[in-house]
Amino acid sequence: MTPNSALRPPHTPPPRLRATAVGKRFPGVIALDGVSLTLAPGEVLAVVGENGAGKSTLMKILAGVYQPDAGTVELDGRPVRFAGPREATAAGVILIHQELNLAENLTVTDNLFLGREPTGGGGLRVLNRRAMADRAAGLLARVGLPADRLRKRVELLPPGEKQLVEIARALGTAVRVLIMDEPTSSLTQKETERLYTVIDALRADGVSVLYISHRLAEVTRCADRVAVLRDGKNAGELARADITHDNMVRLMVGRDMKQFYPKDKRSGVGGAPVLTLAGVRYRGGPDVPASLEVRAGEILGMAGLVGAGRTELSEAVFGVRPLTAGELRLDGKHLRVRGPADAIAAGLLLVPEDRRLHGLVTEAAVGFNLSLPNLDRLGSLLGVRRRAEAELHRTWIDRLRVKTPSAAQPAGLLSGGNQQKVVYGKWLARGPRVLILDEPTRGVDVGAKAEIYALVDELAGRGVAVWMITSDMEELLGMSDRVVVMHEGRVAGELPRGRLTEEAVMHLATGGTAT
Amino acid sequence: MTRILGVLGLLVVLYAALAESNPAATSTRSLTSLANIQGRYGVVTLGAALVIITGGIDLSVGSVVGCATILFGVLMTDYGVPPPAAAALVLLFGATVGLVNGLLVTKLKLQPFLVTLCGMFIFRGAARMIGSVVGAQSVTEVHPEFAPALDAMTYYLVGKDEKGALVFPAMFALLLVLAAVVGFFLHRTAYGRYWYAIGYNEQAARYAGVNVDRHRAAVYVICSTLAALGGILLFLDINTHQADTAGAGLELYAILGAVLGGCSLRGGEGTAVGMVLGAMVLPVIEKLVNFRGEKSTVIPVVIGTTLLIGTIVDELIRRRSRLNR
Repeated sequence: MTPNSALRPPHTPPPRLRATAVGKRFPGVIALDGVSLTLAPGEVLAVVGENGAGKSTLMKILAGVYQPDAGTVELDGRPVRFAGPREATAAGVILIHQELNLAENLTVTDNLFLGREPTGGGGLRVLNRRAMADRAAGLLARVGLPADRLRKRVELLPPGEKQLVEIARALGTAVRVLIMDEPTSSLTQKETERLYTVIDALRADGVSVLYISHRLAEVTRCADRVAVLRDGKNAGELARADITHDNMVRLMVGRDMKQFYPKDKRSGVGGAPVLTLAGVRYRGGPDVPASLEVRAGEILGMAGLVGAGRTELSEAVFGVRPLTAGELRLDGKHLRVRGPADAIAAGLLLVPEDRRLHGLVTEAAVGFNLSLPNLDRLGSLLGVRRRAEAELHRTWIDRLRVKTPSAAQPAGLLSGGNQQKVVYGKWLARGPRVLILDEPTRGVDVGAKAEIYALVDELAGRGVAVWMITSDMEELLGMSDRVVVMHEGRVAGELPRGRLTEEAVMHLATGGTAT
Repeated sequence: MTRILGVLGLLVVLYAALAESNPAATSTRSLTSLANIQGRYGVVTLGAALVIITGGIDLSVGSVVGCATILFGVLMTDYGVPPPAAAALVLLFGATVGLVNGLLVTKLKLQPFLVTLCGMFIFRGAARMIGSVVGAQSVTEVHPEFAPALDAMTYYLVGKDEKGALVFPAMFALLLVLAAVVGFFLHRTAYGRYWYAIGYNEQAARYAGVNVDRHRAAVYVICSTLAALGGILLFLDINTHQADTAGAGLELYAILGAVLGGCSLRGGEGTAVGMVLGAMVLPVIEKLVNFRGEKSTVIPVVIGTTLLIGTIVDELIRRRSRLNR
């Protein structure tokens, strides 16, 4: 019990939703460590925080997707413990996921009633089409969608309308708390405006809204109150009058450097540009071209919130996404990259964000993975030289201290840190000129992290140009010699080592202007 | 390894049952003729298995075999193409079919199942359109000068003399040679690594710089070319062929053989030795049914049941090993 609730006068109605000291741990991580929040009827509460602050976990607990390890959740003063989203929905708590949960192949009407179709005919469950159509028209009107959408298949709708269909579906139930996780991340400006209007209408109807967003500007626009999370804890709250960009950023950041980041082998001053992106655009990317350069012997950190387009940009450079404009230059000379093979041949190597999907063939042996991109150097096309290959396996397993019983062990059975070392190993065996690291230590234990940092420092010391994309603020501040910040697909600004602070990074990453 | 031991055990059981069913079944002549048939199935199985290793599937194999058989006969009989040249054209036909399949799967990103299902219909129909019945005899009736070449091909590829008597199991020998080549590529060269990598995790292979499309397409080319070779063997092995039935159902035999030999339909798994052993299973079952005096109509049921049991056992083993992780 918080002291707050003990002091509450007895006649005050309980809040719509109250979470008290909620805790949740996952293997190796404490996602939430005693977070509390309240939500009044008809209130719009925005929850903000850095990547990994615990926002999504909290939302999922409130909506019954996860069960808390500690703490309590009360709905209208009654303690609840949802076994799953179904129970939460029945109680009127509905979560709209970042990646929408619509059956794309069905019509809007079908989706509005999915799982709770009005039916007749007893056990036959014959659909009552007329009742569906009548109610669907009303629901769509409430979110401002024209009635001609009713019979359209969801996949034909633009993202913004899909979002509104999700909301309409929630309205079709007795929704009391609507939780939206990054609702505007795929919306255009106009669609976002429309969403605000709908949120205003919900508020007027007494529906409570929990709103997670990375975009502080829109939080300022629509929230009644802001709760800030940091490292799985409450970092503070802001009342309507105090909601400003600066106030939020101040609460989101601010912690001390706990880890040691080596800078033993590199000078920290970049040499000549090795990789240059000149006005690069890529298929499926933003309209704004991106330009930056990565210099020999430096670690260029790249910051940005989830969805800022960092991974996509690196994939375009690596040849996974085709370029549509602009130019890549290696050592000042034009570099043509038609696919990863070209990038690899030029010494431009990527340690991908999703290790298990893109980085490793997890079913295959450690040795198989180490060899895969190096087979051209292990003999001719007719025959892999076994001895050279075994030598390569030994070398990199030893040098990176990969903990594995043998090179024949399936890579997927290693710990995250050791898997990541295998990904580094397969590239180091080639000798990188530019090393793109996308979340270089995600899912890696502390010991292996320190080893990876030392390795990256050593590589930069030997003149490798390192481009490190990371969502881990400590890592960014600790390892980067220079930082480029991205916001919504564009390069929002650059920070030299001297001006590199958490506040400055968050300011740029959340859409603040460069100073 | 366990997969190879599994199919080896199955073969031992089947051969033992064969010996037990009838003393004549294990005579040298009977076993040689069985081996020869196994060789013919095996050649086709190798190709289908390679496709399966890369995570694809080829359902057009049987129809390509049939079409190749008819095409081979028609080229010689109706167009007077000498046997070696006709064989070369048929192999070229196979390679072209494979290339088209491969391009449709990689460039247009069509599903292999659908593309090759269409191929299955198209090439069966094509076989019917170009000729209804072919055979070595009808070739030599029209072109007696082709007889020596045909006889030589029959002898070296099928192991039968000019009277049609089996001298040695040449097709099994051919299977071993081809399996050795496939095994070399699969287990000793970079190509094999790429095929496994694509089958396990296409994305990871791509991010490692593997030209996924080219390798995928190549494997379809190999598969259809081997199917065309199977068609030539079929022509030389048996006297007459009808467009409706030549090679019919062989795609399923090939897939079954590959799976029995340890190829996973999820891709990424399989060995050359396993493919040979897997391809040997079905002919033994057929022979066994014959020698036990059962009606040949039970063969499909026996084959289906065998594979189903094999699949269930395999899945149970897989689950146990996963639990142990």
